[in-house]
Amino acid sequence: MFHWTPDRSAFPTAGPDGKFDFDSHKLVKIWHGPNHPGVTGNMSLELTISGDEVLESKTHVGYLHRGFEKLYERRTWIQCFPTVVRMCVPESDSNEYNLSAGIEELAGIEIPEMAKWLRTLVLEMSRLQALLRIVPAQGGTVGLGLGVQWGVYLRDLILDRFEELTGGRIYHMYMIPGGVRGLLPDGFKERLEENLILVDEFVLSIKRLMLDNAVFKKRTVGIAHIPVEWIDKYGIVGFVARGAGVKKDVRLDYPYLAYDQLDFDPAISTDSDIYARTWIRWNDIITTVDLLRQIMAKMPKKGEFKAPTPNVLHWQVPKGEVYVRSESSRGEYGFYIVSDGSKYPRRINLRGPSYTHAVSLLEKMLVNSNISDIAATMVSLQTCPPEIER
Amino acid sequence: MAEEKNYKIIQPDNSEENKFLKPENYKREVTAPDGNTFIVDPLNDYFCDAKPQPHAPNTIKVVEKFLNWARSQSIWVLGFGTGCGSIEIYPLMTPRFDAYRFGVQQRPTPRQSNLMIISGYLSVKTLKRAIRSYEQMQSPKFVMALGSCTINGGMYWDSYNTINRLDHYMPVDVYVAGCMPRPEALLAGFMELKKRIREGKGEGANQYAENFDWYKANQKKIIKDWNMPDYNW
Amino acid sequence: MKEIINNIQEKFKISEVTEQRENQYFISVEKKDTIQLVTYLKDIEKFTNFILLTAVDWIEKGQFQLTYMLNHPSKKLDIGVRTFIERENATMDSAHHLWEHVATFQRELKEMFGIDFPGSPRVDEPFLLEGWDNIPPMRRDFDTKKYSEETYFPRPGRSTNDPAEHMKKKLYPNE
Ligand code: SF4
Repeated sequence: MFHWTPDRSAFPTAGPDGKFDFDSHKLVKIWHGPNHPGVTGNMSLELTISGDEVLESKTHVGYLHRGFEKLYERRTWIQCFPTVVRMCVPESDSNEYNLSAGIEELAGIEIPEMAKWLRTLVLEMSRLQALLRIVPAQGGTVGLGLGVQWGVYLRDLILDRFEELTGGRIYHMYMIPGGVRGLLPDGFKERLEENLILVDEFVLSIKRLMLDNAVFKKRTVGIAHIPVEWIDKYGIVGFVARGAGVKKDVRLDYPYLAYDQLDFDPAISTDSDIYARTWIRWNDIITTVDLLRQIMAKMPKKGEFKAPTPNVLHWQVPKGEVYVRSESSRGEYGFYIVSDGSKYPRRINLRGPSYTHAVSLLEKMLVNSNISDIAATMVSLQTCPPEIER
Repeated sequence: MAEEKNYKIIQPDNSEENKFLKPENYKREVTAPDGNTFIVDPLNDYFCDAKPQPHAPNTIKVVEKFLNWARSQSIWVLGFGTGCGSIEIYPLMTPRFDAYRFGVQQRPTPRQSNLMIISGYLSVKTLKRAIRSYEQMQSPKFVMALGSCTINGGMYWDSYNTINRLDHYMPVDVYVAGCMPRPEALLAGFMELKKRIREGKGEGANQYAENFDWYKANQKKIIKDWNMPDYNW
Repeated sequence: MKEIINNIQEKFKISEVTEQRENQYFISVEKKDTIQLVTYLKDIEKFTNFILLTAVDWIEKGQFQLTYMLNHPSKKLDIGVRTFIERENATMDSAHHLWEHVATFQRELKEMFGIDFPGSPRVDEPFLLEGWDNIPPMRRDFDTKKYSEETYFPRPGRSTNDPAEHMKKKLYPNE
C-alpha cells in the first residue's frame, strides 16, 4: 500500500538528554484558535512544533468567562435559573436539572412522579440533540462535511419539539425547583416519534458514510490513544472512560429520576482511540432513541407536575452543602452547591467533564501528535469551553 | 546547549503602561555581525503603523451604485464564534435555513471575509482577539451584532468580565435582538444589512478610520494586557 | 460508609461529620491534616477519583473553606473533605502530586480567590482572566456591579421591569 513519510531529517532535534530546548528560539510556536475552524468553541492551544509534530501544548481558556459564580452572589435562587442554562451552550438542560435537584435536596422537596418522567424525557432529548451535532462533526474534522449537514438538520427537528414543549430552542428553563413548568402538548409523542424514525435512518446512513469509510478509519484508528491507567489519574469520565474500557455512566451508577425503571446498556470499547470514541457516541444515539421510546411508553398520562414550594421571591433554602451529578453527553456533570440559609446562594460551582478533558488531558495527549490530528482529537473528547470557565 | 545570544534585552520601566508587557515584546539591543548595535522594538518595528484611512466613494454615482450592489451580494462571514449565539450558526449554514441562498458563506480567515458576526457577549479576552480579527479584514467590512449582550450587556450587565456596549469598541452595522436570536432573525438581519449596503450606508470601516483615536482609547481602557501593535494590518 | 468514617476518625481529628445522603458525607478537618487525609483516602480507602476542589468565601468569619470532593468508583461513595484557612494571606499545601488535574483547580483558585498553592505547576500563570489588576474577583469584597458600571460604559436608559410585583399578585396573592 502507498505509504509516504515526510522527510523529518531537517527538523530541529532533541538535545543529548532527549529534551528540546524551548528557549532556543529555533522552534516554531503557533496558536491554534480562538479563531480557528478546527477548535471546538472559543478556546485556543499554544503549540510548540517541530515540523508537523507537536512538542508541547498549552491550553488557554477564559475567552468565554462571564463570572457566573460571582453573579450568583447577587441573584436569588430562582433568578439563577435564566443564567445557569447558559453555562453550557450545546447541552443546557443538565445545568437546570442539577441546580433544581440540588435545591430540592437541600430543601427536602420530593418531586411528583410525572415531573420525574418529564425531566428524564427532556434530558434524553437534550442528549440526542447534542449527539446529533457532534457525532457527524467528528467526520467534519477529517474533511467529511456531509454528515454535519444531515445531523444538524435532524437536530433542528428535535429543537422544534423543545420549542413546542418549553418555548425555547436552545435554552429551555423548563425544570424549576419542585418539578417542571408544564405537561406535554397534545400530539407531542406522535411528532417526536416521527422525528425518531428519521434519526433511525440517519444512524444507518452515518454508519455507511463515516464509520465504514476507509479514509475515516485511516485517520482515526489508533490515533489519540488514552491508556486505562489515566482514567483516575486525570479524572476522565463519560464516554471517554467507556472508550478505554471502564464503564462509567452516572445513569447506571447513581440512578436519578426515572433511570432505574429504564432498561439500557451504554456501549463500551477497549480501543480507546478516536474511532472507538466516535463509535461509542454513535451507539449512544441508538441508546438514546431507544430510551426516548421507552420513556414515552412507560410515562404516566397525566398527573401533578410540580410540588408546592415556598414563595420563590424570598425563598431561604436551608443551610447545607451538596454535590449533585447527572450524565451529560460528555460525561459526569456535577454541581457543588453551598447554601448559608439566606435568600442568595453562597456558592454554586460547576464541575464539567471538559475541565480535565480539555486542559490537563488534552495537553498531555497532544504531545508527539501530528498537527492535522488536533481537531479530530478535540472533537473526540467533545470539549466544551464554556463549562471550563463559566 | 545555550548558544551565545546576539542581543540584550532592555528591561522596561515600571510604568503603568508596561505592567502587562510580555517578555517577548521587550525592546532589545541587537549586535549585528558587523559590530554595530541597534535597538529593536518588536511591537512597532515589525508592523506597519500607518493608521487606516477612510475611502471616499466613487465619484461616478452609477459605478458606486453598482459596487454597492455587488458588495451586498457577496457577504462572507468570518467563522469566529464569540458567544452563545454561535450555536445558531450551524442551523443557519445547513439545509434547514440555508444562508447560502443569500450569498452568505463562512470563511475561515479574516483576510477573506467582510462580515464579522459578534455572536453574543464578549469577554475582555475575546474582545482583544475580535478587534485584531476585525482590523485584519479588508475594507469595506461590516459588523453584525447578535443578542442583547452586545446591545446593553444583556443578562451579564453586572459581570466584571463582559463588555456592555459593543458600539464603543467597533462600529456596528446591524443589531439582531433576542436572547438568543433565532436563525430566522439572523436571515432578516442579513436582508437588512444588504439593504443598508445597497443604500450606501454600510460605512463602518470609514467610521472606524475617522474616529480611530476614540475607538482606540476605549479599547485600551479595558484591555490592559495590550501586547500588540496599535493597528494590526 | 459508616465504617470508613470510623476508620478516619480513629486516625485523624475530625471536627464535624455531615451526612448528606447515605453515600455522600462531608467531613471537616484541620488545615495541617488535610493533604494527609486526602492521601490516606486515595491510597488506603481507595477513593481514587478526584472530582473537584473549590473554595467558599466565608467573609464574616474571615475564612475560606476549601472542599476536596473524592469519589469511590466501585463502592459509589462520595466524600467531601472540608478545611478552613485564614482569609488573610491565604496559602494551602498543594495536592498536585496526587492527581494530574488538581493543578488546574489550584491555578483557578489562585486567580479567582487569591489562595496560594506553593509548588503547584504553573500556578502563577493567569487561567481565565487576562490583564486583571484588581483584587481576585471571586472574593466577596469585590463588587462586580460597581466595577462593571465604572468600566464598561453602561447604556443609559436601561430600565428594570421587576417581575416581583406581578409574580406576587399572580402566584402568592394572600401573602
Ligand atoms: S444575548 Fe443571550 S444568547 Fe446571546 S450571548 Fe447573551 S446571554 Fe447568550
